[in-house]
Amino acid sequence: MNLQLPSAALLIADVVKVFNPQSPQARAIFNLTIIVIVVMVVIFAVVVGIVLYALLGSPRWREGERDPEQGEGNKTVEIVWTAIPLAIVGVLFVLSARTMGISDPPPPPKPDIVVIGHQWWWEARYTNSGAVVANEIHIPVGKPVALRLDAVDVLHEFWVPELGRKLTTVPGHPNHLWIQSDKPATYLGFCTEFCGTQHAWMHFLLVAEPEEEFQKWQQAQILPAPPPSSENAQKGLALFEQMSCVNCHTIKGTIASATFGPDLTHFASRKQLGAGIVNNTPENLRRWLHDPQQVKVGAKMPNFKFTDEQVTQLADYIETLK
Amino acid sequence: MNGNTSITATVAHLLTPAERQHWKLAWLSTVDHKRIGILYMLTGLVFFVIAGIEALLIRLQLMVPNNTLLAPDTYNWMFTMHGTTMIFLVAMPVLFGIMNYILPLQIGARDMAFPRLNALGVWLVPFGGILLHFSFLAGGPPAVGWFAYTPLSEAPYSSQLGVDYWAISLLVLGIGSVSAGINFIVTVLTQRAPGMTLRRLPLFSWMTFMNAFLVILVLPILNAALVMLLIDRLLDGRFFLPFGGGSAILWQHIFWAFGHPEVYIVAIPAFAILSEVIPVFSRKPIFGHEFVAASTVIIVFLSLLVWAHHMFTVGLGRAVDLFFVAASVLIAVPTGVKLFNWSATMVGGRVRFTTPMLFCVAALLQFLIGGLTGVSHAVAPLDWQTKNSYYLVAHFHNIFVGLIVFAILGAIYYWFPKMSGRMMSERIGKWVFWLMTIGFNLTFMIQHVLGLAGMPRRTFTYPDLPGWTWMNMVSTIGAFFMAAGSIVFVWDLVISLFRGKPAGDNPWNAWTLEWATTSPPPHENFDALPPIHSRRPLWDYANPDRPDPVVPVGGAIDTFRPDKIKAGVLTFIISEAGFFGVLILAYLLYNATSKSGPGQHQLDVLKTGIFSICLFASSFTIWRSEAGLRANNLGKMKAWLIATIVLGSIFIVGQGLEYWSLFQSGVTVGLDLFATTFFTLTGFHGLHVGFGLLALLVVLGVALVSNLKNGHFPALGAVGYYWHFVDVVWVFVFAIVYLWPLIG
Repeated sequence: MNLQLPSAALLIADVVKVFNPQSPQARAIFNLTIIVIVVMVVIFAVVVGIVLYALLGSPRWREGERDPEQGEGNKTVEIVWTAIPLAIVGVLFVLSARTMGISDPPPPPKPDIVVIGHQWWWEARYTNSGAVVANEIHIPVGKPVALRLDAVDVLHEFWVPELGRKLTTVPGHPNHLWIQSDKPATYLGFCTEFCGTQHAWMHFLLVAEPEEEFQKWQQAQILPAPPPSSENAQKGLALFEQMSCVNCHTIKGTIASATFGPDLTHFASRKQLGAGIVNNTPENLRRWLHDPQQVKVGAKMPNFKFTDEQVTQLADYIETLK
Repeated sequence: MNGNTSITATVAHLLTPAERQHWKLAWLSTVDHKRIGILYMLTGLVFFVIAGIEALLIRLQLMVPNNTLLAPDTYNWMFTMHGTTMIFLVAMPVLFGIMNYILPLQIGARDMAFPRLNALGVWLVPFGGILLHFSFLAGGPPAVGWFAYTPLSEAPYSSQLGVDYWAISLLVLGIGSVSAGINFIVTVLTQRAPGMTLRRLPLFSWMTFMNAFLVILVLPILNAALVMLLIDRLLDGRFFLPFGGGSAILWQHIFWAFGHPEVYIVAIPAFAILSEVIPVFSRKPIFGHEFVAASTVIIVFLSLLVWAHHMFTVGLGRAVDLFFVAASVLIAVPTGVKLFNWSATMVGGRVRFTTPMLFCVAALLQFLIGGLTGVSHAVAPLDWQTKNSYYLVAHFHNIFVGLIVFAILGAIYYWFPKMSGRMMSERIGKWVFWLMTIGFNLTFMIQHVLGLAGMPRRTFTYPDLPGWTWMNMVSTIGAFFMAAGSIVFVWDLVISLFRGKPAGDNPWNAWTLEWATTSPPPHENFDALPPIHSRRPLWDYANPDRPDPVVPVGGAIDTFRPDKIKAGVLTFIISEAGFFGVLILAYLLYNATSKSGPGQHQLDVLKTGIFSICLFASSFTIWRSEAGLRANNLGKMKAWLIATIVLGSIFIVGQGLEYWSLFQSGVTVGLDLFATTFFTLTGFHGLHVGFGLLALLVVLGVALVSNLKNGHFPALGAVGYYWHFVDVVWVFVFAIVYLWPLIG
């Protein structure tokens, strides 16, 4: 009957992420949002109505005319427009308290994933399996997942608009967050607390997938990196271990075990590079290795001035880290 | 030729004949509240241009996705400087300027209570602004946002000098603002014309008065935060460094305890302007004067209790969040009362659509939207979604631009004739109005949607996600409409100053006292004042057949008129209490539980106790000195005054000895949280004792060289109050720092 409506709804869902809730937590907030919008629209209409009536309902001022009846107010009216808003905000308070309970239930004793904000990337540590990943967080569909949020340097903030509340990662003050996705999907998440130079590129992907796929992914993530087979890749690994790469990165199965930078054990399985600034393609990886500062100004990885040959070797090795 | 004569005529108009020879000096050295008001506004205008250009650069960078016009840190400088400048160097100076100009006129005063303090306040603004902008030459401006959240603003993460310049500049501006706040309060209390009781204050004056309390209560909180940040950065302190045991969240509490009331500090003057302009151009008094006045008091009070609604996403816990939800939604009620009353004022009136009225009606409606989205932020679960997104950017620009800038433009069109003697152009004014209104709504309305679409704020660029690109483009186009409006506005200001129609005393047929004198008013404002029986003396004067009902004189408070100098010192002390309150709370927070390590038990309680007794005794001696003055026994007065100075000096020396022994044993500011908080608290107290001693020496000097036969020497009483205050602070500090650990 109405062909416009579904497409408009789709458009809204596509663009206005907050109006496209995909978890019970986000849905609770969305429902309250609708109520608040209705209240806002009604109040807006009332005030605009009074103003329009005032502006259009009386004759305009004319030069030299006697000023109108002066009047000074009306106590009853004042009480009415104090009491009604008071009642409205009372209701809003109660609804807030209820929605807070639904969208932010108390945490479990042990989180499923510890998410750590770094300048300017996200680390996720799976507490049960021991998997450690960066900038791409997988969760099983339809299950509430408990996150503990932490930070190692400054404040960051974790937000997936479709999935509910945002929450700051505060160094020295762990926070707790439930997330859940009711359908398989890949969501774009953001850092929403200003955290320095590259705050704009501190995105992450949140991948919700069916349980079996999630388990498969998790199993793959906990495996150590296999020794490289091609000659170039072997040289790349040797280079990686000789250079200062190992001072910041971990590759399980090698001597690299530092945690300042992202864990690279399964780097090549990720879709994006540099916390969302480019897609993770071999070409972009080469650009990054040539000079990370050209790809992401201010990133904590300096330009090591690798030769073309070294870049090829390193890239060939890193591309094996599926 | 013709232009030249009119310029000469204008200059002649604005200066007295004696001043024409040295007009620059006449303005630089002025202590006249009207000129100071104009200096405030001109300073604000200069910085408005700077911060406006920064805004345009921000919008240009965001016009298209993945833009490389500005480097990331350049963009981060821009939004930090834009926010800081617009708040501290545009909104506050311009509004303080308007209040400075209008308040004394409206209450029938000759000038502010403290004209020289007033001059100090205005000159601190350009100095503060220059300090802030000097950072461009000293390694780059701050890139931490106007809120400078720790630990990003701490030395390990912002090692350049930008943040230091930022903090020192805001300290300078903060001190200037407090001085202005004190001046407004004391002016209203002591300089009102006969008959102008507190209840007869027009709303603009009443709100200026209320606002000044907010200024003296919360600017010192910011000052305390800034000195703590500077101690962290420059002396290796640990207040806000999580890895040194400090709390990153503490900064947010202190900053927003200042920062949210600060929003009201710039919003209440806008309310004040609307409350003045809307009635005049509706040709009716404000609907429900008492309710509008009382709602301001409630707003001032509630605004002190809502700060943590800026922190709903920080993870403060359910109970804290709920308290601040309640307080924040409550503040919507008195705010709503204002909106309803302004709207009702127009009902049944004869509305004149002059430029000031257009701006104020637009401000009302735009503020309505900003207020409603404000309620949506007060509802914490919604804030969890929309915080730090462009929805929030849209919300507060509805307040800062939609309400405040529009109210300021309305105020300037309204009062420019009074200030210059000439009308601004109504024709050009309407151009300004429509350019600004269209520009403002284009820029910011779409940003609500952009935020709900997930775009975070403070990002130098963004990926090409569905809808983001065209919405950003619309916003940028709108910004250029506003820029055009601003240019036309400045043009209107300049040409009206020289060629505007002569205004006469009261071009709008308004009702408050500023319109009862010439335009511009003479030095010391009035030749004669009409009788004051109501809030609209000129209405009563012009309409003897139907005057406003007489506002009865309501007892002692209504006619309260304290001594000027004592009132000044007491308001100053209130502001100081806020400063020390923050330092004491920070000390308590970090030392409530006893910790191992050097610190508290190294303090020599007995020795410090003896020095403290000297300080406490000096409260007695200064009281005796005042008694001597009252008894007209000047010798006694001077002797007790010298005793006070000696006792105070002994205390300072004692504190110096204690510091020395702590330094000797390696206890310095950066050692641990105890040392940081201890030295900060006692150090600032010591600094105040030092200033007090200086003041006492000045008083003593004056007493020695001048003739005080009549027993009139208010300075002694004023310094006496201050000295007692410093002693009382030490009672708290001594009890908390030295005595409490003995019990525990």
